[in-house]
Amino acid sequence: MATTTDTEQVTSTWTKADQKAARKRSAALHRKEHGWAAAFMAAPVIGWVAFLLFPMGFSIYASMTNWNGIGNMTFIGLDNYTRLVQDPYFWKALWNTVFYMIGIPIGLAISLALALALSRKIRGRTFFRTVYYIPVISSLAAIAILWQWAYNGDFGLVNQALSLVGIDGPNWLQDPTFAKPALIIMAVWKGLGYSTLLYLAAVQAVPRSLYEAASLDGASGWKKFTKITWPMVQPVTFFLVVTNIIAGSMIFTEINIMTPTGGPSWSTASLVWYVWNQAFRNLQMGYATAMALVLGILVLIVTVIQFRINRANDFSID
Amino acid sequence: MSLNANTARAASGAIAGAGEPDHGRKAPRPTKGMFKKTGATQESPAVNAVLTFILSIGAIVMAAPLVWMVSTSLKTKEGVYSLPPEWIPDPFVWDTYVRVFDDTYVLSGIKNSLIVAISVTVIGTVFSSLAAFALAKLRLPGKNAIFLMLLSGMMVPFPTLMIPQFVMFSKIGWVDTLLPLIVPVILGNVIMIFFLRQYLHNVPDSLVEAAKIDGASYLKIFWTMILPLIRPAIAAQFILWFMAVWNDYLAPIIYLNSPEKQTLQVVIANMNVQYATQRDYPLIMAASVISVIPILIVFLIFQRQIIESIALTGSKT
Repeated sequence: MATTTDTEQVTSTWTKADQKAARKRSAALHRKEHGWAAAFMAAPVIGWVAFLLFPMGFSIYASMTNWNGIGNMTFIGLDNYTRLVQDPYFWKALWNTVFYMIGIPIGLAISLALALALSRKIRGRTFFRTVYYIPVISSLAAIAILWQWAYNGDFGLVNQALSLVGIDGPNWLQDPTFAKPALIIMAVWKGLGYSTLLYLAAVQAVPRSLYEAASLDGASGWKKFTKITWPMVQPVTFFLVVTNIIAGSMIFTEINIMTPTGGPSWSTASLVWYVWNQAFRNLQMGYATAMALVLGILVLIVTVIQFRINRANDFSID
Repeated sequence: MSLNANTARAASGAIAGAGEPDHGRKAPRPTKGMFKKTGATQESPAVNAVLTFILSIGAIVMAAPLVWMVSTSLKTKEGVYSLPPEWIPDPFVWDTYVRVFDDTYVLSGIKNSLIVAISVTVIGTVFSSLAAFALAKLRLPGKNAIFLMLLSGMMVPFPTLMIPQFVMFSKIGWVDTLLPLIVPVILGNVIMIFFLRQYLHNVPDSLVEAAKIDGASYLKIFWTMILPLIRPAIAAQFILWFMAVWNDYLAPIIYLNSPEKQTLQVVIANMNVQYATQRDYPLIMAASVISVIPILIVFLIFQRQIIESIALTGSKT
């Protein structure tokens, strides 16, 4: 922009030839800049085309074929999609995946409470923050292995701890009723530190003057929470809900490690686990692709809805 | 905790607007004091004591499974089954950690994970920061469209792409190599591009313009001016990315079949299946401990930067 305005301003004193030369030079400079800009962006753009756009297009076609991944692809139209609608395992896996998301509000409520506590002048806050955060950085595979052992009905840590308070714990991962809750508890435990950290930053960013003004008006602690804290941390809540739902829809690692067969009476199989199983164990690549696409579309729809709701609820104090 | 110190802080915080992050601001429970008009930031020691107690219980719950993991890894095979459980192994079996390196694929797993994580994050960071620089500071018609296009990639979950990607890589014979884990991600990370671009918006355009007028090449501007400016943002994103690649499980399990080519996460997951039948839980736990330790060390060293960058993640969205 700056270069063009400069040339226009000095036009009057320049001869035609000068102008022409200047324009040419600036055009050349622009071309050079465009070239470099394009070169700098090239890698991610190539990656986007080769590993996102192309596979997506291929997916759409593959989802309409009967195909084992090696042999020929037989075009069968929308048969995979009608099969999917009638497949009880698909619905069970979808239901399980949605069920796991119960952990999201539970985790967020605990995290916000922790963040409020940690925002006070409490001895050892840094220590607490670190301890609560360690599960977040630990590898999910290791954590899943550890918890699988911890959920062991006879010798596991969880039932040992429960027996201290006189509860005879179930054989968590072998029990259709308790397998999903077991996975939810583990997920909450693992994710707590991350959301606490985000909430803590948000809580500490709330201007203290708001609370002081509220106190002068005689507002109770609960009122201050609902009218000041909660609206002020709303962007973080939104961020966490969106990212947790996307991550939750892709739940796979802990399912595959802790319940390699999809759990007792298929009570833990998630959608991604079913897709993976169909594609790489049963070599039903066409069908698995159709399910994976449906998963992608569902995630997209849910995300768009959340953004809509968020816009409607947009709230700010000024 | 004196009243004077507190009110002084409250006042200075109100004036400064932002305030210092160290100071508590909120009483989550109604304060009982009737005549404490200025008690907005006054914290009751009793409430804090109760909260400290609750936080300590929570910390035990958070730490117990990990302590249990370390403790189990040092027990004898039989000690694992002792009731009531022993927290301090008797005797300590350090030999398990020798066995884990001698008898299993943990060492090659570490090597493979390092190859993938380091090559992806180091080269990917260069590509990402170059792209972020171009997107934020250089002129190119349609660059915002390109940015939106790249961002759209964040909306597509990996499971949706894994099957076609697998077929692509199997066609060129890359299955059972580390390449399918490296190539698609090494070309740049959208999340990193997004944050670096945001970060660069705080750098005045005039700086770049001035350097251009001085005749500096674009690579030179990037290297000597932009890179030092965005180094903190890069460092934070780099660490987060490294942890994500190191801990990845789904992509490696799809591509890697031979045990000696597998990354650490797949190795320990397979050990979990193999050695559980032999009741060798100490060995499994030792491998798990080993997979957690490197990241834990990185975290403890860079704790402040990591925490700041994560807090930033939330506020930028």
